[in-house]
Amino acid sequence: MSHDTTAVRSSHDVAGPRGAFAVETTGLTKQFGRQRAVDGVDLAVPHGSVYGFLGPNGSGKTSTIRMLLGLTSATSGDIRVLGGSMPDDLRRVLPRVGALVEGPAFYPFLSGRANLHRLDSGDRRAPAATRRARVDAALDRVGLGHAASKKAHAYSLGMKQRLGIANALLMPRDLLVLDEPSNGLDPQGTREVRGLIRSLADEGTTVFVSSHLLSEVEQMCTHIGVMSAGRLLTQGTLDDLRALGEHRVRLLTPDPDVARDVLTRLGLTPEAPARSDATPATAGGSVRVEADLAVEGLSPESIVAALVAADVRVRGFEVAGASLEDRFVDLTGEGFDVAG
Amino acid sequence: MSPAEPVGARPDADRTADEPVDGPRGGLGLALLGSELAVLFRRVRTIALLGALALIPVLLAVAVRVTTADGGSGRGPAFLGDITQNGLFVSLTALTVAIPLFLPLTVGVVAGDTIAGEASLGTLRYLLVTPVGRVRLLLVKYAAAAAFCLAATLVVVVFGAIAGAALFPIGPVALLSGQTIGLGDYALRLLLMALYVTLSLLGLSAIGLFASTLTSVPVGAMAATIVLSTVAQIVDALPQLDALDPWLFTHHWLGFADLMRDPISWDSFAANALLQAGYVAVFGALALGRFTTKDVLS
Repeated sequence: MSHDTTAVRSSHDVAGPRGAFAVETTGLTKQFGRQRAVDGVDLAVPHGSVYGFLGPNGSGKTSTIRMLLGLTSATSGDIRVLGGSMPDDLRRVLPRVGALVEGPAFYPFLSGRANLHRLDSGDRRAPAATRRARVDAALDRVGLGHAASKKAHAYSLGMKQRLGIANALLMPRDLLVLDEPSNGLDPQGTREVRGLIRSLADEGTTVFVSSHLLSEVEQMCTHIGVMSAGRLLTQGTLDDLRALGEHRVRLLTPDPDVARDVLTRLGLTPEAPARSDATPATAGGSVRVEADLAVEGLSPESIVAALVAADVRVRGFEVAGASLEDRFVDLTGEGFDVAG
Repeated sequence: MSPAEPVGARPDADRTADEPVDGPRGGLGLALLGSELAVLFRRVRTIALLGALALIPVLLAVAVRVTTADGGSGRGPAFLGDITQNGLFVSLTALTVAIPLFLPLTVGVVAGDTIAGEASLGTLRYLLVTPVGRVRLLLVKYAAAAAFCLAATLVVVVFGAIAGAALFPIGPVALLSGQTIGLGDYALRLLLMALYVTLSLLGLSAIGLFASTLTSVPVGAMAATIVLSTVAQIVDALPQLDALDPWLFTHHWLGFADLMRDPISWDSFAANALLQAGYVAVFGALALGRFTTKDVLS
């Protein structure tokens, strides 16, 4: 529990080459009774990334975050945060981490400013001399400057959320862990939080942000990890995930039969039998022909060239990936607002 | 962004993990204790508890004054009859009245709230993430609870002295051993008695601290602490359970009268200190063991 700092220094290689990851877990598992809230999660959050930790409510996101921050112990698995092993190096790691965990929480009888003073005074590395200035700067940064003297019980949920984020920003941090930061915020507030996270990321802070809203994660994250029922289903950059999805060829033509033959010759498997009454007809006698683009290295333009060479009248053609949303519904087997 | 790429944009990006974020390590971190005391003593609930304690000597003095004016009979606990002769006895009487119930009640509220209160507000997780070490948080919480014990006792003594001086004649005080002492000597002895009572409440505070680590419902921890203090006093009073008496944290609670002898009999003071230290050690260790391994889920 109470590691001496110098002892920690010699027992870990943190002073050596920087690890590639700000947060790294291997086989992280948390068991509550018979239920596995977190089940063998291998997180890899690169330095400098904005990592969206996405999953339906109850999928184990907050349980994972609690373990990352040393609030709960892992049933099994290893955790490394900013090069230190958690929870052993907690005293050395956590001053560099700002966190918002499972919603903001404050002393209702203290003002917003007094609440931040209180939490800041608990940080032995936070210099008392600059406390006032740092608290006010953090309040201003989240747009609470005008409400700083109000008692926290008079704050709206959105204001509490902002105060919680301000608390995470009291000191310069290398890592921010934000659990559902835009809960309770109106669209304007959500946009502000998004902007704030981007500007923090631009300063070099790694941001680990959990959300159950795909659209939110998609708009601000560079990396993404998808949780469902305690398991990390996939993780990677947003682009990786977009590319991961199967692409489809969508063709609009009055000559569906010839088109299918051409596609089949190219190695694709056009869908649906050739019965014209079963294929959806569109205006002008065109018919939609679709096929999964399952052939490696087959470019869209070569498909079009082959179609045209076979005298297929191509009236519309596109190759599109499945939307991220489709991907996630495929992965999690449910919509994103469903409680898991 | 390539995953292996270091942060770059941050000027101190290749700082090693060991270096402090900013400034010195901050020594003992006494700022937290200051903050804890400020939060505790500025809180309306704490002020209300202390106000209620202040009412005990005041009501006592007023009641005695009113009834003796009507020619009262002088019945009541020890010292009560003496009040009319010397107002300085009000503090002593009020302490005697407050010890069995009112002081444990207020101490139970404060000690039971220490950890469970933070847990129920959700601020516990933010303190721990700050990071306030769990051991340090327990120590600070216990120190604040002890400070409340002292404040509570002093409130009874000081308001007793004020009410006594206002409503009754004051003069040299007769000790239990027969001698008479002056005001200065008496004030010193009152202070010693306040310390004695504070000491008496430290064991209970440790029990409350432990109870507080067991739950995130502060009322539960408060009730458990208060009930325990009552049970201990009942057991102490039952002749069939005499064998247990020396081990009860309430056993020496009324022993402060020994400080009203000359020379002062320190036996009960020493026995009480030893007993309370034992309770603090045992329940402090239990609280540490529980809290340092606890999953904070609130």
